[in-house]
Amino acid sequence: MDSKKELRKSTGLSPSLRKTGKMLLRIFPNILAIVLLSGLIMEFVPMSRLSEFLGGGFFTDGLIGAGIGSISIGNPVVSYVLGGELLDQGVSLMAVTALLVSWVTVGSIQLPAEIQTFGTRFAFLRNGISFLFALIIAFLVLITMQILTA
Amino acid sequence: MKKPASNQQSKGKNESVSGVYLFLLIVLLVYLGVFLIDSSRTLAAVQFSFEMLKKLLPILGLVSVFMFLNNLLVKPSWVKNRVGYDSGWKGMLIAVVGGTLSMGPIYIWYGILQELQQKGMRTSLIASFLYARSIKPQLLPLLIYYFGWLYALVLVVYLVIFAVFNGLLTERLSIKS
Repeated sequence: MDSKKELRKSTGLSPSLRKTGKMLLRIFPNILAIVLLSGLIMEFVPMSRLSEFLGGGFFTDGLIGAGIGSISIGNPVVSYVLGGELLDQGVSLMAVTALLVSWVTVGSIQLPAEIQTFGTRFAFLRNGISFLFALIIAFLVLITMQILTA
Repeated sequence: MKKPASNQQSKGKNESVSGVYLFLLIVLLVYLGVFLIDSSRTLAAVQFSFEMLKKLLPILGLVSVFMFLNNLLVKPSWVKNRVGYDSGWKGMLIAVVGGTLSMGPIYIWYGILQELQQKGMRTSLIASFLYARSIKPQLLPLLIYYFGWLYALVLVVYLVIFAVFNGLLTERLSIKS
C-alpha cells in the first residue's frame, strides 16, 4: 500500500514536470557545447577539399572515408551531396559509403556528451564498433552492388 | 541472459554540476583561443551555431514532451517488459524502428534513453536505437537521387542488420570488460 503511494507520489504531474525540468537542465549544456563545436568545425574545416585526402588505394580510401565521416558533423544531407561530388571526382564507392555510414553512426564530436550520459566504456565501444562496421558495410555494399549490377 | 550491473544508475545520480558543465566550459575555452587567432571566423561560427540551435529548438521541445510523458506514464515494469533484458526480438524491433523514426540530432535523445536505461532498458537496445538513427526515411528520396535506388536499398538493408549486430556486440563487450 505504502509502495503504491510512493509510486503515485513520484510519478504525479508535478514531480514529473520537476524531473523533466531537471533533466533538461542537465542535458542542455551538452547540447549547447555540441552545437558550438559543430559551428566551429563547419567554419574551420574545409569540406570541399576532402577529395585531396582520398585516392590512396582501396582499403586506405575506405579508412580515410570512415575517418572523415567520423569527425564530420551536420545534417546527413551534407554527406549525400559531398558523397555524390566525391563519386563524380572518381573517388571509390568504398570510400564514399564508409564516409556516408560513419557520418551518421560515429559521433566523435558528441563523444564527451555520450560518455557523460552512458559511461566511458559504452561510448567508446559503441563508437569503435560503429567505425569498424562502417568499413565492413562499405565493403559489403561494394561487393553486393558489383554482384547485382553484373 | 547475464545482466550488467547498473553502474550507470548510480553514475547518473552522482553526476556533479561541474561534470555537466565541463564539456561546455572546454568548448568555450576553445572558442576563446580561436577568437584570439581569427575573430571574424569565430563570430561566423557563433552565428552558424545560433542558427543551428534555432532549428533544434522545436525538436528539443518535442523530446521534452516525450521526457515528460515518460516520467509521468512509463513505469519501470513496462520498460522491463518491452525493452528490458527479457524483451527478445520484440524489444530489438522496437529499438530499431524507434531509432529509425526518431528525429533530430543523436545527442537530443541521450537524456530520454538514460531515463529508460535507469528504468530497465537493455544496453544492447540503446546501442541499436542509436545505430538505427542512421536510417533516415525522410531523406531516402535524396539518397536515391544521388546514388540510385539499388544502392539506397542495399545500404538500408545493411544498416538495419548492423544496427542489431551493433547493439548485441556493444552489450556483450560491455559486460565482458
